[in-house]
Amino acid sequence: MTIVMTTVMTTQKTSETARRIRRAVLFVVSLLAVAVAWELYKAVGPEAGGKIFGWKLLPRSNNNAMPHVWDMLMRYNRPELRGSDRKIWSVVLAGAWFSFRLALVGFAIGSTLGLGLSILMARFKFAERGILPYLVLSQTVPLIALAPLVVSWGGKLSIAGWTWPRWMSAAVLGAFLAFFPVAVGALKGLTSAPSASLELMDSYAASWWQTLRKLRFPAAIPFIVPSLKLAASASVIGVVVAEISTGLKGGIGRLIIEYAREATGDPAKVFTAVFGAAALGLAMSGFVTLADMYMMRNRPKEASA
Amino acid sequence: MSAVEITNISKAFNLGSSNQVDALTDINLSIASGEFVSLIGPSGCGKSTLLRLIANLIEPTSGELVVNGKSAKQARLDQDYGMAFQQSGLFEWRTVAKNIELPLELKGWDKAKRQARATEMLELVKLSDFANHYPWQLSGGMQQRVAIARALAVHPSLLLMDEPFGALDEMTREHMQSELLSICRASGTTVVFVTHSIPEAVYLSNRVVVMSPRPGRVTEIVDVSIEGERNDATRDNSAFFKGITSVREALRGVEMSDHVRGIEDR
Amino acid sequence: MSSRSSSLVRTVLPPAVFGVAFIAIWELAVKAFNLKPYFLAPPSKIWQKFTENIDLVWGAAKVSGTNALIGLLLGAFLGMAMSFILSRFKFLNNLITPLAIALNAIPIFVLVAVLNNMFAITSEVPRRIMVTLVVYFIVLVNVAKGLTQVSPTHVELMKSYAASDTQILRKVRIPNAVPYLFTALKISAPASVITAFVSEYFGGSQNGLGSRITSNIANSKNAVAWGYVLGACLLGLTFYVISSLLEGVATPGGRAKRTKEGR
Repeated sequence: MTIVMTTVMTTQKTSETARRIRRAVLFVVSLLAVAVAWELYKAVGPEAGGKIFGWKLLPRSNNNAMPHVWDMLMRYNRPELRGSDRKIWSVVLAGAWFSFRLALVGFAIGSTLGLGLSILMARFKFAERGILPYLVLSQTVPLIALAPLVVSWGGKLSIAGWTWPRWMSAAVLGAFLAFFPVAVGALKGLTSAPSASLELMDSYAASWWQTLRKLRFPAAIPFIVPSLKLAASASVIGVVVAEISTGLKGGIGRLIIEYAREATGDPAKVFTAVFGAAALGLAMSGFVTLADMYMMRNRPKEASA
Repeated sequence: MSAVEITNISKAFNLGSSNQVDALTDINLSIASGEFVSLIGPSGCGKSTLLRLIANLIEPTSGELVVNGKSAKQARLDQDYGMAFQQSGLFEWRTVAKNIELPLELKGWDKAKRQARATEMLELVKLSDFANHYPWQLSGGMQQRVAIARALAVHPSLLLMDEPFGALDEMTREHMQSELLSICRASGTTVVFVTHSIPEAVYLSNRVVVMSPRPGRVTEIVDVSIEGERNDATRDNSAFFKGITSVREALRGVEMSDHVRGIEDR
Repeated sequence: MSSRSSSLVRTVLPPAVFGVAFIAIWELAVKAFNLKPYFLAPPSKIWQKFTENIDLVWGAAKVSGTNALIGLLLGAFLGMAMSFILSRFKFLNNLITPLAIALNAIPIFVLVAVLNNMFAITSEVPRRIMVTLVVYFIVLVNVAKGLTQVSPTHVELMKSYAASDTQILRKVRIPNAVPYLFTALKISAPASVITAFVSEYFGGSQNGLGSRITSNIANSKNAVAWGYVLGACLLGLTFYVISSLLEGVATPGGRAKRTKEGR
């Protein structure tokens, strides 16, 4: 019986990996398809933009507005600035790495905050009813307004000689966007324990905290895992927007704005930074996926649709 | 000393409002130590409610409950009883052994003692090979055995069971009934057992308490006396069939519209 | 007190309590610590600027709101259409889904920098395309889930009636997907507004709320900027409330049917 069980588990694992590989391959194929579509439009689209039913809807297809895909890729190998030694790929990589670390910090702070809020809301129904609407509302406040606030407050903050570094503001804004999905997902998970299990814990005269640690929290993990994915991408968005609005040097957001300004002279340049931002997002997502896999390692696998 | 003493217990839900439900009215029952008592009756007769009152998961509206010579609340705080439900209620993120250790962790037992007791329980239910498996890797019957092992982990003198075999197929069910009996016989545990199945009630119990709904009350208590030890041969015993007939008749006597709902008659 | 009005009180009272307390503390903190307006403006001043500039705020809100609305409708429509196509052709599904999942992880609003270059400098089209893209993927992923994750028992039943694929689509898959569609819309509505704002940070036309906020902050006119922020929040809230109401209309049977939470 035990041998059968183990064999079943191993086959499940190998088909999981096979599925992941197939998904990765198809992802690359779909990227190629997008590149092909891009070039196709360049071949047939109007050079100066065009109209559909009288609306100026078609983008310009000349090399200035839409550089060839090959040009975009080649741009990585050329220097960033005229006369400079640094190739653009190293600049973009450094920028993406900078932002990645900020996003990581924002993700960590945001997730912790989100978890804390969810526990508070799970414990006190009054807190849930009172705070949750504002948590939803907080996400509609444009970051662009909060960023300068956080920067100026941080500038005034100094605890025992340690001053607030400028990059911390970007991380805080990342945390601001990241906490929400975690708070909502964790709340759903903490309240998802089956009533039979809650009765069981009651029969053991367990305290609320014991029930939280031994039942509610582990039962919440399958809900927290997808919300962490959302928190990761939210943190990236928060950091990039913060970098843009505060002009934070060193990050990928600033690079995008700078290169966008040079787009008329050097159209392929901005794409290098955009791809860098995409890579940043994927890196965060990959990191969180690894954490996910670890946390769900002993759980029954969901049947795939 | 009786294990459970129920005196004039009543329980009403939504007391005072228009949708008040009289789940139990004036229940009187005395369960002796080491006895196996089943509660049987149609849906809504209050048998699960009575079990939960004994477990102190809900409070009675009126009446007195003495469990193990103490108040029901104290019995719960002292972990004097173990409980098993229809859904095995195992935590899917814990191994089988760690599931059994759960009540011991909550009482602050140290690691070595917990592991020793869990091993002992696994041997009792004959699942020692599966200590490090996860619940979802086990069949329904095996999961219920783990749930029973968990309920017995604190060596309670009282076992409360709410249709624990209801989700199992017939053959597994009969097997589990025999297992349960041998375990309880060995440990002298008092058992209060809620079921929908007449043969199950008669096979397992010394007495079968027949209940009826609206309002929930005890209609009759059937004494099931079968000579000798109960085992598979018992199911062919004439005393067994007599017991089934008595219980069925008591249930038929229950005032209800048309037919008795929710009773298995096999 | 009837149960309906008491449940209304239960829903409204706690947030009202927290809201009033928050605003009161904010106002008092500014007065007590004598905070300068460039540091933190008091709610009273923000309200004053908001009402003074209400015409300007409304005008800017219309621009951003139109972008968001167009993107929302177009994105939802395209997302639904595409999900139907994907549910029919499994190969396309396998091709597009990994792309959609990957795009979910990326801050795709940075594409606005690229889009701005492809259109005239005064065009609002890049913003609308951005919102469409964001909403498209949200709707696509959710509706596709709704169309494919149907109970196998239902499908078996239809097959036993010799139902065609189209009939199964109409009678089983689409009704199953409706709650997923509304979940997607409830997420997309505020997302469309936020994306509309964020798209304005990359240059181009300066008529929307996002750019107004940026320019006022850059000029240290904090109270004015936050007046626009208030407008932005109201815009986002309106979109969310409308989508919630639509959900209520389209899924009769009350909250118990739509959510399945225990406590």
